[in-house]
Amino acid sequence: MADVTTADQLDDSVVSEPLDLVRLSLSERVFVKLKGDREIRGTLHGYDSHCNLVLSEVEETVYVMDDDSDVLKTIKKQSEMLFVRGDAVVLISPPQRT
Amino acid sequence: MLFFSFYKTLIDEEVIVELKNDMSIRGTLKSVDQFLNIKLDDISVLDEIKYPHLSSVKNVFIRGSVVRYVHLPAAVVDTTLLEDASRKEAASQAAKAGGR
Repeated sequence: MADVTTADQLDDSVVSEPLDLVRLSLSERVFVKLKGDREIRGTLHGYDSHCNLVLSEVEETVYVMDDDSDVLKTIKKQSEMLFVRGDAVVLISPPQRT
Repeated sequence: MLFFSFYKTLIDEEVIVELKNDMSIRGTLKSVDQFLNIKLDDISVLDEIKYPHLSSVKNVFIRGSVVRYVHLPAAVVDTTLLEDASRKEAASQAAKAGGR
């Protein structure tokens, strides 16, 4: 196990555990889905094992059901630099690779 | 511990903390601990009409677990440093797991 880990550290591109996928997304645009019908797109600059994140040039989308008309509203908000607490994170999706 | 250290570099900066109850509080970051509990000075609530409860409060302690977002000033964040620190933290976690 220890040998495998050191080998992975030497080769940055190896995905051996789930968070390695997040590591490879550093400084790239990512899509993050959060609890409470929220989604975020932004450039990933930091993360830890709790999935706490720091993103820049963030666009947040909140989906809200309008009470009386039953229409799904989307609210968009921008932020230049944002810390996201990990306990709200559902998934982190890396940018499309070609 | 990465974000604990990161927050310590942001002390005395103005931030906006968005809580899980949708309330947003703007204030000066005064201190932080390992749970990412936050102390803010000179606070103001963004939507005073909806949340008038804190209009006379000057400083607050916020429990880390109720935080959803913290909006930061982009100018004070060294993104390259943070990315390198994230990689280092990941490597040290992997080394710990390997030694088990």
